[in-house]
Amino acid sequence: MDDPTAPADSPAAPPRAKNVIYRHRLATRIWHWVNAITIFIMIGSGIGILNAHPRLYWGQYGANFDHAWLDLRPYGDILRSGWLTIPAGYNLAISRRWHLLFALVLGFGLLVFMIASLINRHFQRDLRVRAKEIGPRHLWADLLAHLRFDFHNPDDPAAYNTLQKLAYVAAIFILIPLMIFTGLAMSPGMDAAWPWLIELFGGRQSARSIHFIAASGIVLFVIVHLTLVVLAGPIGEVWSMITGRWTLPAARPSEPPPTPLAEPEAAE
Amino acid sequence: MTLLTRRALVTGGALGAGLLLSGCDKLAQQPGLRRILFSGEKINMGLQRALMNRDALAPEFRPDQMSPVFRTNGNSNPNTADYNRHVAENFTNWRLKVGGLVDRPLRLSLTDIGAFPQRAQITRHDCVEGWSAIGKWQGPMLGNVLKAAGVRSSARYIVFTCADLWSGAPYYESIDMIDAFHPQTILAWAMNDKRVSVGHGAPIRLRVERHLGYKNAKYVMRIDAVASLAGIGLGKGGYWEDHVNYDWYAGI
Repeated sequence: MDDPTAPADSPAAPPRAKNVIYRHRLATRIWHWVNAITIFIMIGSGIGILNAHPRLYWGQYGANFDHAWLDLRPYGDILRSGWLTIPAGYNLAISRRWHLLFALVLGFGLLVFMIASLINRHFQRDLRVRAKEIGPRHLWADLLAHLRFDFHNPDDPAAYNTLQKLAYVAAIFILIPLMIFTGLAMSPGMDAAWPWLIELFGGRQSARSIHFIAASGIVLFVIVHLTLVVLAGPIGEVWSMITGRWTLPAARPSEPPPTPLAEPEAAE
Repeated sequence: MTLLTRRALVTGGALGAGLLLSGCDKLAQQPGLRRILFSGEKINMGLQRALMNRDALAPEFRPDQMSPVFRTNGNSNPNTADYNRHVAENFTNWRLKVGGLVDRPLRLSLTDIGAFPQRAQITRHDCVEGWSAIGKWQGPMLGNVLKAAGVRSSARYIVFTCADLWSGAPYYESIDMIDAFHPQTILAWAMNDKRVSVGHGAPIRLRVERHLGYKNAKYVMRIDAVASLAGIGLGKGGYWEDHVNYDWYAGI
């Protein structure tokens, strides 16, 4: 499964066709799909919980008579839409049941994925951000490439491009850990067990606000991620996240061909 | 890929998300899956208890960190004939009954309660809804009251029965012996250096600081040590637990 020589010519994955490479390791694929379900449930049930008191504060305390930096009550109709929340009708107790069970899946899932990705060297190989990559010139070139819908370096097609890598690093090492730790900081039991949690975030209501901001970041990540999967060829991308094997896109001609004969994703 | 299929995908995705969400509700109705959904409470409780010292204290705050206004929630006045009489008499004839699995059942006046060694603490009250308020509470440790009553070793839970009626039945809550003997678990008769007001649970409010607000029962009239929660209310250990499936373990 975890081929030590990937991404280049991988002996464990005898190419069915010359342009198929082994791209996603098993741990990555399992975590991806577990998270697809978990994040979906966490967002839906999280909005359900937010609806109980849709006001956000900074500091240790915060309630109706205190200054809220964000008051979402004007958006109550949207936030209470049945298609957005779990359960569909407002039910704080059941939203909490979903949220606090799947919080365990999110937290321990991340832990197992991190250990596996250190062992299989996914982090070191694919997600290490090198200094030259975050130079302004390189980032600008990467942005222009994105605007051309050009997502793959033909010399190293399995590598993530820089913006993609930064997005994954932000989600894995910043956003999801922030969600977990701000979530724990809201638990009165955990505040007794780990008093440093509440100090780290400057109070329970600050932790709750950061929880909301990080969740918004994850929603943004999911939207951009799904959009780019669609733009990059959804069938090939989804298939690669299931099987691990990814078909290289056809080399991009410098001029668009007048009449494309076949869709690149369909090429096998 | 053409724009049409892209649009179809986005529409399909949105529809799919809607179906998945309603699917979640259908799944949660299945008894077996509901049991799994509700198992998170036991797992979280086990993990928290494993990470937490038995006597680990909830954070305490300085007076300048207190909420300027401590809002009320739930019932803010039981408004029964008995309760109104006690309010009119300033609770002079009110007695807290301590019974159940104890060797010496007690009937304590507010003077008796004030005669126990007192603990004052400035703590954060976290409502299950998400808001927090910081206030100062004072009263005897529940553990000392239970010792005075000679609580038996067969007792596994302490049940608090309150003056406020919800659909005709008194509000009640329960905690286990770990929380009952926790140093910050007090029977508060004073809040912010004054007698607890009617809105906040006069004459006595339970403070169990490692739990959410609904465990901190107001208007406590009776305290019973029991071996099991079965047969009390609907058996889930509290009014909200019985009626809307709130977690009995409210440390999270």
